[in-house]
Amino acid sequence: MDPVSALVTLTNFVLIPGFAYGSQLALGALGITLIYSILRFSHFAHGDVMAFGTMVVIFTTWGFQAIGITGGGVIPTALLAIPVGIAVMIVYLLVADRLVYRFFRQVKAKPLTFVMASLGVMFVTNGLTRLFIGTSERRFEDGERFIFSVRDFREWTGLAEGLALRSSQAITIVTALLVMAALFWFLTRTKSGKSMRAYSDNEDLALLSGINPERVVTMTWMIVAGLVVIAGTLYGLDKGFRPINYFQLLLPMFAAAIVGGLGSPIGAIVGGFVVAFSEMGITYAWRRFFTHLMPEDMAPDSMLQLLPVDYKFAVTFAILVIVLIFRPTGIFRGKSI
Amino acid sequence: MSVNWRNIGLFAAMGLVLVMVAAFQSWQLALTILNMSLISAIMALGVNMQWGYAGLFNVGIMGFTAVGGLAAVLIAMPPVNEAWAAGGLGAILGLMLGVATILAAVVVYKRMTPGRLRGMVIFAVIVVGWLVARFFFAPATQAIQAVNPASEGYLGGLGLPVILAWPVGAVFAAGAAWLVGKVSLGLRSDYLAIATLGISEIIIAILKHERWLARGVNNVTGIPRPVTRPVDLQPQPWVQDLAGRLGWSVSETASILSALGYSVLFVIVLAILIWLAEKALNSPWGRMMRAIRDNETAARAMGKDVTRRHLNIFVLGSAVCGLAGAMMVSLDGQLTPGSYEPLRFTFLIWVMVIVGGSGNNWGAVLGAFVIWFLWVQVEPAGRWLMEMVTSGMEPGSDLRRHLLDSASHMRLLTMGVALLLVLRFSPRGLIPEK
Repeated sequence: MDPVSALVTLTNFVLIPGFAYGSQLALGALGITLIYSILRFSHFAHGDVMAFGTMVVIFTTWGFQAIGITGGGVIPTALLAIPVGIAVMIVYLLVADRLVYRFFRQVKAKPLTFVMASLGVMFVTNGLTRLFIGTSERRFEDGERFIFSVRDFREWTGLAEGLALRSSQAITIVTALLVMAALFWFLTRTKSGKSMRAYSDNEDLALLSGINPERVVTMTWMIVAGLVVIAGTLYGLDKGFRPINYFQLLLPMFAAAIVGGLGSPIGAIVGGFVVAFSEMGITYAWRRFFTHLMPEDMAPDSMLQLLPVDYKFAVTFAILVIVLIFRPTGIFRGKSI
Repeated sequence: MSVNWRNIGLFAAMGLVLVMVAAFQSWQLALTILNMSLISAIMALGVNMQWGYAGLFNVGIMGFTAVGGLAAVLIAMPPVNEAWAAGGLGAILGLMLGVATILAAVVVYKRMTPGRLRGMVIFAVIVVGWLVARFFFAPATQAIQAVNPASEGYLGGLGLPVILAWPVGAVFAAGAAWLVGKVSLGLRSDYLAIATLGISEIIIAILKHERWLARGVNNVTGIPRPVTRPVDLQPQPWVQDLAGRLGWSVSETASILSALGYSVLFVIVLAILIWLAEKALNSPWGRMMRAIRDNETAARAMGKDVTRRHLNIFVLGSAVCGLAGAMMVSLDGQLTPGSYEPLRFTFLIWVMVIVGGSGNNWGAVLGAFVIWFLWVQVEPAGRWLMEMVTSGMEPGSDLRRHLLDSASHMRLLTMGVALLLVLRFSPRGLIPEK
């Protein structure tokens, strides 16, 4: 019986990675939910837009490294490149909006037409990403790799179990919290944020009270640009950059947004963590955890892994299905019917 | 009837393009494009039923075609008796216990009064059922995978004629679609999209991971073909005679004949499907479907059960996709779960339907031909373009190499641009709905 070791194992293999992954999903889901509540369609290009933004950050990182600007060996250079990435993505998304979505807004097309158009944007964005950077995996993390490593932890505590905190994980969690706080401050405390909420709540009333819809839409895309670049860069720092992985994030991100309640920012965040921890918890082999908790002679002999890691999509899907069956509006009662 | 002439003209132009491919490139290439176009046309028909007739947004086409492909393996491959002896019973028992667990949970949910106790009982049923099923399933699958792993390691199929796999593939896909549709239809229209996206990823994950079923990422190759293989055609005297008369080599003639055989089979299937689809579209049932699509509220007020009708058409359309999936696997002679990617198998089909003209069966078919032709030909065209662009650069420069390597990604860009242009400027497609 050794509950401390059990807790350390759990923190190392489930809690920390789950928090990091959950933060990345939450940022992605926030973008999806914002687009959904303001522009009123499901943005299928989200994963690929994220990949494109991350690609810009990677190129900028390489450029910075080439001219000698780095994070000083402490923080990843990519963090310094994020503003450049956001600027490029704002331009990209606004151009996409002018060329593609605005027309459909003007003719008041059905929501599914927007979704279809976002498929087109997805194709183009995906093609551009592959054209510029290719399909292979890129690692762009530099600076200090660990805040503390397994060995440090063992030396400090004298425990047999190890615990490590990678810099990318710590950065992810801290950055995500800061971004979420800033977003909520913006949405609830500033005039622009309030006009966005008013517009999402009731379009006609907002128009009547003199809110300029085009301005709201522009602001939404700018915020989304920030969210996708930050989420994509954090994910890339944590797990490496491959365009296909970003596409596949689409399912967990949408699941997070729906589970939390489409259109609800708080819901997106909670949904992100629900999805992340369920994926982690169900595909984690619990054997070591329970070995520490049980008396020695009762140690489990199987891996105690509910599902192989290959089925993490199945977990996401199962959560999604459960929510759709029992509470289609999501945990926080988003505005869907 | 001027519209009709225009459509015939469009198809004739497409045929002419294929003939030009045959004349300037090769007959084999033209037939390869033709065969894949025919299969794509069937997939596009399936999607058109869902989108064009009923306005359902299915982004899980990849999963339904893959399930259809699985049918080709399960029907046509010879059974691996050793593997059946090693763990067949355990695997089946484990699966059945898994299904029983889910059914038991559903029964508990329906019979017990809502409350904390019900939640706990359901949880207990699932955990216990899971452990029991796993107890039989895990050792059995391991035993199966241990049987001759280099070439087998799976249960094999039934050893029946591969043509049978086509309808069975349709049934498999219909089953998967029923499950998804039951859950997500009747809610917001986007939810079906997310749910189908999910199920298709899961189906691919299952195909990749469950090696006892169809060898997973090790692929099943050598699936029996419905048409005589070129190798078996070559020694035939009439083939050699024909080759001599046409002035082609024997191997070339044989492969062309084999591909033609497929084309004939596919054309027959496509013709039957179009006939059925047109009949259905012009029947009272088709009118009802369009009425529901155009105004759900009004149709509901007229007493139509919208959700049920949606489920019907969703299952039907997915079945057609499954049929096409089985046909594709029997054309390739192999099932390679690693090669299924959503851009190619889901979103490309969407481009076909939109470009061709959603709501019109002939439009979907034409769209499939045009888009598949572009998909195949854009890559060499892109390479050619890149060579032109880079011809002034030094032969060894990194930029030139990068540009040449990336030519293959041009096709995604082209497809995206084509889709956006059609949506913007000609939302009704090449052959609009009447």
